[in-house]
Amino acid sequence: MSGLSQALWVLLLGSLLGFELIGKVPPTLHTPLMSGANAISGITVLASLTLILQAEGNTALLLLGSASLAFALFNVVGGFLVTDRMLAMFSRKPASPKSDSRRDS
Amino acid sequence: MTVAVALGWAIDLLAVLLLALGLKGLAKVRSARSANGLAALAMGLAVLGLLIQSPLTPVAWLWIAIGTAIGGLAGLFIAQRVPMTAMPETVALFNGCGGMASLLVALGVALFQGVSGLVAAISIVVSVFVGAITFSGSLVAMGKLQGWIGTPGWTQGQVRHGLNIALAVVALVAAIALPVDPAGPSLWLLVTASTLLGIGVTLPIGGADMPVVISLLNSYSGVAAAAAGFVVASPLLIVAGAMVGAAGLILTQVMCTAMNRSLLNVLFGGALGGGGGASVGGGGDEAGYSRITSCSAEECALALESAERVVFVPGYGLAVAQAQHTLRELAKLLEANGTEVSYAIHPVAGRMPGHMNVLLAEADVPYEQLVEMDSINPDFPRTDVVIVLGANDVVNPDAKTDSSSPLYGMPVLEVDRARQVFVVKRSLGAGYAGIRNGLFELPQTAMVFGDAKAVLQGLVGELRDLGVGKARAAA
Repeated sequence: MSGLSQALWVLLLGSLLGFELIGKVPPTLHTPLMSGANAISGITVLASLTLILQAEGNTALLLLGSASLAFALFNVVGGFLVTDRMLAMFSRKPASPKSDSRRDS
Repeated sequence: MTVAVALGWAIDLLAVLLLALGLKGLAKVRSARSANGLAALAMGLAVLGLLIQSPLTPVAWLWIAIGTAIGGLAGLFIAQRVPMTAMPETVALFNGCGGMASLLVALGVALFQGVSGLVAAISIVVSVFVGAITFSGSLVAMGKLQGWIGTPGWTQGQVRHGLNIALAVVALVAAIALPVDPAGPSLWLLVTASTLLGIGVTLPIGGADMPVVISLLNSYSGVAAAAAGFVVASPLLIVAGAMVGAAGLILTQVMCTAMNRSLLNVLFGGALGGGGGASVGGGGDEAGYSRITSCSAEECALALESAERVVFVPGYGLAVAQAQHTLRELAKLLEANGTEVSYAIHPVAGRMPGHMNVLLAEADVPYEQLVEMDSINPDFPRTDVVIVLGANDVVNPDAKTDSSSPLYGMPVLEVDRARQVFVVKRSLGAGYAGIRNGLFELPQTAMVFGDAKAVLQGLVGELRDLGVGKARAAA
């Protein structure tokens, strides 16, 4: 990142993308979506890793980075797995994953 | 530019693309599960891209391995062990840890790498402030949902606003002082004030509004990640954080709309039902109800046996009693008897929007039988029997008619228009939000007192005694 203005552009466009991406969500998916978005926010792992990489042998910094990595990964791993567990329940019915089609029972 | 760096950039771009596609796919039933996998893949790619670009020392590897082992295993363990009913507090816990991660990164940079320039200082301040609020707020939310923390009486008074404003001012002063001495007392003051502020704003909010708070905190953790992106100069982190922050805001808004509450009201209005913390969980307050009809499981079974169309309204009480499987058993019996069965799902049924769908899907209820509020409301007049299971506020007709009710204006399931309504409830205690329910006093309503699971088992037994479902079972 060469400059602040570029970083701010990235921030702005990223926010707009977020608003657009999930404009309409069926209530069924609110909880899994929240959980999935929460897992994505664990992307802080990148910052934690960067901290470790830049530590240059500073043990305190390595320790902080490692602790931060553990917290972030807990969020990522747990978040994605829990979301998958929830969504697996919806897709278990093999016949019609489409919401508009009707199975005859 | 080396090949490794160019490759790293390409991987970063691919990761952003997949993250966006993942988030988009998560909003559709058909693609949600694969989209979740896609997002997880993108996360892995992003990490790979970063590691490719940087030379790694053995020491760095060691610390990365330690952090990965601890965080990864803990996440794996928790994700597999939590019951579906505990989903809201689990998301809160994960979310708080994400905030903590951003906080620690900012602390590391401020303490050991120094802060040069205003932008760096602002990034660190935001990362610490939002990270700490996300962490402490999420843990309080989790504690409240688990029932570990109540709503203390003093938090309902005006004093809390003064306290929170004071904390915010302290945080602001510390933030302004931070660039002078980034590793000094102002940093710790900022951490402390932000953490306390997270507690201070979450504690007064009643349990019924907690899903909105978790959703908002989820948005914050995105903001915290984006701020951490500024701190370590990672465009990928900024994009992903901003995306989650924006998406979380939208989801929060959707939930507020469903509950007919404004976000400001949720955040600053205190617990619903007002005064003295008598809000969450309800109590044995049976005063104020007259004309209550109660009936036995047997009478209820007779009504079900002759009904052509039955609608179940599941609420959180059903999930607490772990009765969704028994409910499915009852529904199967009725279907075998030729009854049309569906489930009315209020947008905020359970404790989070969509939570009830997850719980019922776990019990193998066909997806098509779950009908959303707007689709099922017109069908209630031609419904013979409605059975309300552990739901309360979402079927309260006062929300339509009584302008003095705190629920007034909230969209509800219009079960009062059905021919007969049975409400399965432990007692006449107030609901989650502590509001009286006019439905209980209507002439077509009968209360079936008892634990949801026990009552449903009783109904299954009674229906079997009546011979319902025998023909199919024998064939």
